[in-house]
Amino acid sequence: MATTGSRIAAIAAVLMALAACGGSATPTAQTDVGITSTEILLGNTNALSGAAAAYGTISNAENAYFTYVNNNGGINGRHITLKILDDVYNPANTVPLTKQLVEQDKIFAMFSGLGTQTQTSVRDYLNGQKVPQLFVATGATTWGADYSKNTYTLGWQPPYQGESRIYAKDITTNHTSAKIGVLYQNDDYGQDYLKGLTDGLGSSASTMIVDKETYDVTAATPAAQLSKLKAAGADTLFLFTTPGFTIKSLATVTALHWEPAIYLNSVSNPQVYMGIAKKAGAALKNVTSVGYIKDPTDPQWDADAGMKLYKQAIANCTNCNVNDGFNIYGVAVAYTMVDVLKQAGSNMTRANVLNIAANQLNETNPFLLPGVVVKTTSSDHFPIMQEQVITWNGTGWTLQGTLINERGTLK
Amino acid sequence: MLQRIRTAPPRYWLVVVVVLFFAGFPTVISSFQAGQWALALILAIAIMGLNILVGYSGQLSLGHGAFMAFGAYASAILAHRYKMDYLVTIPIAGLLTGMVGFLFGVPALRLSALYLALATFALAVVMPSLIKRPVGLTGGVQGISLPPVVVPQLAKDGFTMLTGSAMTSDQWVYYVTFAYALVLFWLAWNLVRHRAGRAMRAIRDGEVAAAASGINISGYKTLAFGISALYAGIAGSLLGLATGYISPDTFPVSLSIQLLVGAVVGGLASIPGPLLGGIFAYFLPIESNQWVPTQTWIPSQIVATVVKAGPAVTYGVVLILLMIFAPNGIVGLATAGYNRLRRRLRGAADRESGHIPPDPQTV
Repeated sequence: MATTGSRIAAIAAVLMALAACGGSATPTAQTDVGITSTEILLGNTNALSGAAAAYGTISNAENAYFTYVNNNGGINGRHITLKILDDVYNPANTVPLTKQLVEQDKIFAMFSGLGTQTQTSVRDYLNGQKVPQLFVATGATTWGADYSKNTYTLGWQPPYQGESRIYAKDITTNHTSAKIGVLYQNDDYGQDYLKGLTDGLGSSASTMIVDKETYDVTAATPAAQLSKLKAAGADTLFLFTTPGFTIKSLATVTALHWEPAIYLNSVSNPQVYMGIAKKAGAALKNVTSVGYIKDPTDPQWDADAGMKLYKQAIANCTNCNVNDGFNIYGVAVAYTMVDVLKQAGSNMTRANVLNIAANQLNETNPFLLPGVVVKTTSSDHFPIMQEQVITWNGTGWTLQGTLINERGTLK
Repeated sequence: MLQRIRTAPPRYWLVVVVVLFFAGFPTVISSFQAGQWALALILAIAIMGLNILVGYSGQLSLGHGAFMAFGAYASAILAHRYKMDYLVTIPIAGLLTGMVGFLFGVPALRLSALYLALATFALAVVMPSLIKRPVGLTGGVQGISLPPVVVPQLAKDGFTMLTGSAMTSDQWVYYVTFAYALVLFWLAWNLVRHRAGRAMRAIRDGEVAAAASGINISGYKTLAFGISALYAGIAGSLLGLATGYISPDTFPVSLSIQLLVGAVVGGLASIPGPLLGGIFAYFLPIESNQWVPTQTWIPSQIVATVVKAGPAVTYGVVLILLMIFAPNGIVGLATAGYNRLRRRLRGAADRESGHIPPDPQTV
């Protein structure tokens, strides 16, 4: 017995030594909170219910892409888990829910939290806790512009100001005599767009913009404001409005027998909404917008590898409408997240992941328009800054010209 | 003293137990949970204010979220712009909101039940838009980010001595909220038991009879509005302290509805009611939204619908059930149950001793 015991002990000792050698031969893998040998835990807050519930599907689409990645081996053997909580678009909910994700669920990072006010409300907290707040789902300019003060926070989509600068460029080169009327939502989103337009037009802004009207989200219809813009003699209408108000505005413009050139912001240009506007009686003549994501309803992408991948991934979400522009947005931002995690490799620490996301991104995203590069450098923290002008052809959007690069215009 | 303690009715002991429970609670739960309970207590304070107005003086308000917004912005502006200590701004914000509520109560006098409800509802609807206008003062849609909460050294040392762990800012916020809740509930209890409370209840139950008894109807009605707004203002100010950031979206119309639902669920015209109502109003939407999707037995279609409808659907279901089974709220249900139990116990004891229980009406 004694000999057997000592023999086993000897074998065990040898095995231990071997294991130790194996361990020292490869560099020890670095991990952090929220990372186990099998899992990467990410947190997300979104408006799953309430007035802004239309955005809720973004989280489900992101989860669908993560499921697709997990089913294909995950990231170095680790599966991504996305914990999604409903903040009803109210910052007073976002704060405790984010604390829950960080302190109770012990997430690795926040990913794609939705809403400007809601994500602003937890920015100080997350930066204080040194938890990455990655790729927030809002186009406010502050995410890139105030990066130096909040190095744990990063945006993703093109900032609204950059987009309206593209419109301004189009006006100043092609429509120099335009009389501009602006309808904008009275919040950060509408004001950001307006600022970009005013800055982009420069000194001619005061003469070219003949009138600007505003409405609150609680308003029933922007009809009165549109009548005023028409009466002010505007021949070019800018709609810095969310989807619901955009549909109403487009229909009202036609009902007023008004035929201005219309510039439509990218949040409200998915084909689904254009279809509803058409049914509501909108003529949809001379409508211009910009895009950076492939539109799932556009037949030109039918044979596109990226679109096929999107349709394969979104099938993992039973309640997601494949034609909803928000869903391909979700899949595209999830792609960037996966890309960053893959690059982090065995060094899966918050610091490393954050460094890659904020300074070293250089990605061709298959769900974005050809040529759009998701890019960050040590001096530029606006990941997407390229967009293309598109015009409405009656049934879909036609890409015009080439990609316009706004990189470097916003600081 | 000893005599008084011995003869104290059971509800006094219940109060002692509840206070001790809430005082010791943060030492056993996590810091984040303490933050959640602070928010529940904040709602309880606002609901207490609403209870004084609706439950005791009989005036309906669908706009108390607006008073919370006023209190929160009063504190935030004083702290952010005029660099005052946030703790100092809390009572100031409460008094300012109380004054605004008092002034709002004057025109409200001319409106009866349903019209008053509509007027206050309008206040809740326009408040977020009103806040957005003076951008320089309120920060407009961007809201106001408040400086991080600093835990005083004394509180830190005390907490470490008792629990052995360092006090977090969430725990400190909890104790500040708890202290305010304690004082404000005590004040409400005193108010409703004395002259003003009796007058308010008399007005609620019969305005003409109250006037005939020499009660100053308009005076007490506006007073109820003022006190009620003061509570909401303090609650709003504490909300700013707890969340560290306020913006127009923090005070949607649904907040006012949430408060009224909490007041009704807890039990109108009772002192413990708002406490239960606050806990209910805070935790029900969060827990139901997180609990429902984890239940595999619920069909996925229903789960999707519930998640999309959010707190509204759970509120609705619980409200309907309560209206059917407990029209006087949780407190009403508990009181009725306790009385029935006591009657039965006394009946049993009396049967054994051969004693005939007295007619309840003569007691």
